[in-house]
Amino acid sequence: MTTPAPAPAPAGAVRPRPSLAVRAWAILAVPVVVTVLSLLVGALIILASELIVTGRKFDPFLPFTAYAALLQGAFGSPEAIVSTLVYTAPLVFGGLAVAFGFKAGLFNIGVQGQFLVGALGAVIVGVALADAPAPVAIVAATAAGILGGALWGFIPGFLKAVSGAHEVVSTIMLNYVAVQLLAALVSGPLKVPKSPSPVTYDVGNAAWPIVLGDTGHIGIILAPIAAVFVWWLLFRTTWGFEVRSVGASPDAARYAGMRPKALIIATMTFSGALGGLAGTAVLLGVTHTMTSSFGTTVGFDSIAVALLARSSPLGVIAAAFLFGSLRAGAGLMQINAGIPVELVDVLQATILLFLVASPVLRRLLRMRGVQAGITESSPSHALGGGLAD
Amino acid sequence: MDFTTWINGLYGIPVIGLVFQLAGYLVAVIPQNSPNIMQQATPLALAALCGVLCERSGVVNIGIEGTMLAAAFTAWIVGVAIQPYFGTPNPTDLFGLTFPLVIALVAAVLVAMGISALHAWLSISLRADQIISGTIINIAAAGLTGYLNQLISQNSPAGAGEFARFVAPTALTSLPIVGWLFAMILNQGPITISVIILVIGCQLWLFRSRWGLRTRAVGEHPRAAETVGIDVIRVRYRNVILGGVFAGLAGAFLSIEATNSFQQNMTAGRGFIALAAVIMGRWTPIGSFGAALLFATFLQLGQLINIAPPSGQLGSIMASVPPQLFDALPYILTIVILAGVVGRSVPPAADGQPYVREAAS
Amino acid sequence: MTDETGSRLAPALEMRGITKRYPGVVANDGINLQVRPGEIHALLGENGAGKTTLMNVLYGLATPDEGEILLDGVPVTISGPADAIARGINMVHQHFMLVPVLTVAENILLGDETMANRIFLDRREAHRRIVELGRRFGFEIDPEVKVGSLSVGWQQRVEILKALYRNARILVLDEPTAVLTPQETEEIFGVLRRLAKEGHSIVFISHKLYEVLEIADRITVIRRGRVVGERLPNATDEDDLAALMVGRAVQLTVDRGESHPAGPILQLAGLEARDDRGQPAVRGVDLEVRAGEIFGIAGVAGNGQDELVEAIVGLRKPTGGAVSLGGQDVTGHSPRQLNEAGVAYVPADRHRFGLILSFPLADNLVLTSYYRKPYARGIVRDPAAIQRDAVTAIERYDIRTPSATVNASTLSGGNQQKAVVAREFDRDLKLLVLDQPTRGLDVGSIEFIHRQVIAKRNAGTAVLLVSAELDEVLEMSDRIGVMFAGKIVAVLDGRTADKNEVGLLMATGGAERAAPAGPAAPAIPT
Repeated sequence: MTTPAPAPAPAGAVRPRPSLAVRAWAILAVPVVVTVLSLLVGALIILASELIVTGRKFDPFLPFTAYAALLQGAFGSPEAIVSTLVYTAPLVFGGLAVAFGFKAGLFNIGVQGQFLVGALGAVIVGVALADAPAPVAIVAATAAGILGGALWGFIPGFLKAVSGAHEVVSTIMLNYVAVQLLAALVSGPLKVPKSPSPVTYDVGNAAWPIVLGDTGHIGIILAPIAAVFVWWLLFRTTWGFEVRSVGASPDAARYAGMRPKALIIATMTFSGALGGLAGTAVLLGVTHTMTSSFGTTVGFDSIAVALLARSSPLGVIAAAFLFGSLRAGAGLMQINAGIPVELVDVLQATILLFLVASPVLRRLLRMRGVQAGITESSPSHALGGGLAD
Repeated sequence: MDFTTWINGLYGIPVIGLVFQLAGYLVAVIPQNSPNIMQQATPLALAALCGVLCERSGVVNIGIEGTMLAAAFTAWIVGVAIQPYFGTPNPTDLFGLTFPLVIALVAAVLVAMGISALHAWLSISLRADQIISGTIINIAAAGLTGYLNQLISQNSPAGAGEFARFVAPTALTSLPIVGWLFAMILNQGPITISVIILVIGCQLWLFRSRWGLRTRAVGEHPRAAETVGIDVIRVRYRNVILGGVFAGLAGAFLSIEATNSFQQNMTAGRGFIALAAVIMGRWTPIGSFGAALLFATFLQLGQLINIAPPSGQLGSIMASVPPQLFDALPYILTIVILAGVVGRSVPPAADGQPYVREAAS
Repeated sequence: MTDETGSRLAPALEMRGITKRYPGVVANDGINLQVRPGEIHALLGENGAGKTTLMNVLYGLATPDEGEILLDGVPVTISGPADAIARGINMVHQHFMLVPVLTVAENILLGDETMANRIFLDRREAHRRIVELGRRFGFEIDPEVKVGSLSVGWQQRVEILKALYRNARILVLDEPTAVLTPQETEEIFGVLRRLAKEGHSIVFISHKLYEVLEIADRITVIRRGRVVGERLPNATDEDDLAALMVGRAVQLTVDRGESHPAGPILQLAGLEARDDRGQPAVRGVDLEVRAGEIFGIAGVAGNGQDELVEAIVGLRKPTGGAVSLGGQDVTGHSPRQLNEAGVAYVPADRHRFGLILSFPLADNLVLTSYYRKPYARGIVRDPAAIQRDAVTAIERYDIRTPSATVNASTLSGGNQQKAVVAREFDRDLKLLVLDQPTRGLDVGSIEFIHRQVIAKRNAGTAVLLVSAELDEVLEMSDRIGVMFAGKIVAVLDGRTADKNEVGLLMATGGAERAAPAGPAAPAIPT
């Protein structure tokens, strides 16, 4: 016996389709408001830290200087825009990795590790084929990068399917293992002999071709293609339907004849492959060599990207562009305003915080008919049994 | 010519020789390094207590890592801020307590409680996904401490110093066979010494007290608890915030007891390893403490093998392995144990599930 | 338990003009209810009539929009369960509010602890009081046993003890007999009569007419949130109550007609399966379901029915024995293989298994066939075909929904179950497995589903019906198997099976044995 359900609307009663502007506002309101609020909080933090840190004259306009530098760094010149796109591309791949996992109810916090192992695979094959014909070298090195990430996604997926080890803990642990693995290889077998610091050879012909400006590698074209592909996979194929079913209700999926364990392994592997592609994009597209401290903030930024995009593959492009701009502009901000680039991490965390608190935000701002910040993308039901379900 | 090479020669099977060598190495090294192991275990055990309290009431907290990091930073930065006002402090004989140190410790605990309250608010009141809420806390803590650390450490100021260790009477610590246990437990700073007391206290509290009974009921079947008049939301808030006290102690340990400085991301995944310890310890304080000791032993061994490798054949094999792989050992071990233990370890039934009051539905 | 209808005593509990509205629905509409001291008062109504809402109002879980509550003639405001308990109101919920991993003592103490000091519990004193209380009402109970290991009947007693430990004056029982055998029901009735004699007031919520007639001193009937009648048991009968409850004359028993069984479809030989904890749950079941018959399985919940069903439909790997379908061995086949071989399954928990609530209705209607033509070509789905067939199914099975694109969660329980039925029934079947197909539904939906099942049987499908509700099994089945401790202990003819006989088999397995997994069961009163 339950409380009577509301009477269903009479059949045939179809609500009028709202105008495009209304629908766009419903989707975008929360992300936009949240981003603006976060920039305000960031300004307050800049002002507060001025007061805390001694030895500097208090400048009430410092936040403006900082944000102006940030904007200039991200969009101030054609080169800056290309650099923003180059920062955006790996975030799209990484964001897709996390978003795809969310759809299956899996929280892949291990993009950082998959990123590193992917880059490792790309550099190993890239260096070996540095003098091979470019098409062969590029395809082989890229494939190796994807495989490396896939391997690093397969492990936690396999462990979860077979023993129930929760992917959140195992992927985080694998992040640390990847860091050590990379350091061991780059300062060991992959190191250029007689080089004073641990660094590998250049990938030579395996480097991704430049398609825009001086630095715009092909990744900036591949990224949106990947997003569309992931969308198609999720919403237009039977496999995507299975992935989403397992994410929404593992029991119902099993009942329907799907195989949740196999799907968990496949999903984590595919998610890891996307994470590996992110690392490949940075290695073959930007650095071309690997040092023992190789690594960027892409891994954790990817989580923020997927959350801000509400796991929508197309939304990932927009969210990645936002964080890519912040990363691209942060360098100039540090030079012009003396604000550490870590401010971007703070901004990112504030954005996520406001996003999670968006039900409160919506109430405060009286925004009706606006979609909540983080809802259907949440993997909580799949985590029902805590960290050891 | 020692015992192990003799065994080697006798059986002619190198593997057995290696096993004996390893056993001999462990027997020699573990008691000798037991105080260090205890110190490695301290932040893990405290963080695990935080995890036990949260999860027993039904809230998964993967933000422990970030909470610890923020507490570690707070303990250090508060010391930096107030140190100038106290001149040269006069440390007490016991634990080398100074006023700034105590304030730093209290501040760290308060900050950790505040962060835990945030996690409670997001995951209990707003019913946000608990994993996401915890992840945000981790990102925020890493970002904010990194940002401030960049700003401040340009002048590399000194903090409030560190707690001194208690020194147990040598009559105790030099006892044969068990002496090293006393050294392990007693020759420690105040936070480390308190761990054992806190673990036993939490165990009793969880299984013998009213609050403990209510906590377990709320974590297993919150609706049943509500029907007998228990305020599920309040019980969860209390547990999560109390858990913050332990996370705060764990963080403070890192920056004002184990060292007297703060380094970026100095928690190095301990908050996550603690979660594995909670699972391995089957959601009991004493069990998680045991698991924390096991992890700590491996953390310590990872370092020891690089510094003082075993002699003989085993040592030469280990020397040929890149040292980074020994650093990765505790993390690999965590995964292995998680995979091996989880199937047989049953979490609280409502762990990770937001609670909606019946009245509100 | 004397009938004191004429007494002028102030009611122990009076609810006046209670109105409670939820968005889109009035759950309680001006309900009046009077319960006298020492009275067993039945609240009769079908699923969704508003009984639970009314009791939530009484228990402080819902705030009424209008109306007032009086205890002993004094108006009170009940702010929550704690307040209700403090005023002597206690509730035994339909789904027991017990924590399985805690002991009997811990469950009883919870929320009203006996303390040794400010922090720690006084377990010894609590044990003493619990044992004493149990004896007073005629049963021995071990306070140290984990509740999860008790049988359902004993859990019911723990629930009642919980209320008595808190000195309940008014005890509300919500569908207390839903999962009990007739014998267990009798025992609980005995306890309730004893309580009433001691002056407790009891509100007995039910939709079972014969029970209400047996136990109640007075009966209040509600329908669609309103009181539609008040009756004394000696001045009414089942037909009168049924008409009041449903609002029209209803046929109390389904006319299932004659069955014409043909050859065997489902054959189980020595089937064994383990439960989730690895304990043997199905211990050698031999069974045969023929084409064109409904085979019902009766049993107290937890005697291996769930595992048996799961082993048959492929969700659980059998640990021994064989399953064959139409003469072919299908032991250990996957759910999909079985589905393709003509097996359909309506699971007990439609929210957990039968539907994906956050998915559109159309996707739910193809949940077991999404990968086949015409819904997919290769791996590419065909949304147009899915939509087209969904619209057809909505019409054929009378699923009330604004469209096929709304999420399944927006549908009422009856319409959700119709969607499951539409998906599973709408093709040629060899075997249909039904697990509690009508749990929690309103009479209209129940009738609809029963008719569909009988139509399937008449079309030559073998039907296996499992239900913890003995009434449904008796009503629907051509043959009845009684399951006890993982075995089928008897197979009876559905037309001649006697309710008490089946109940006794359910409780004892036909031998003089104690119920499984419970503490020493007391002698069954006669």
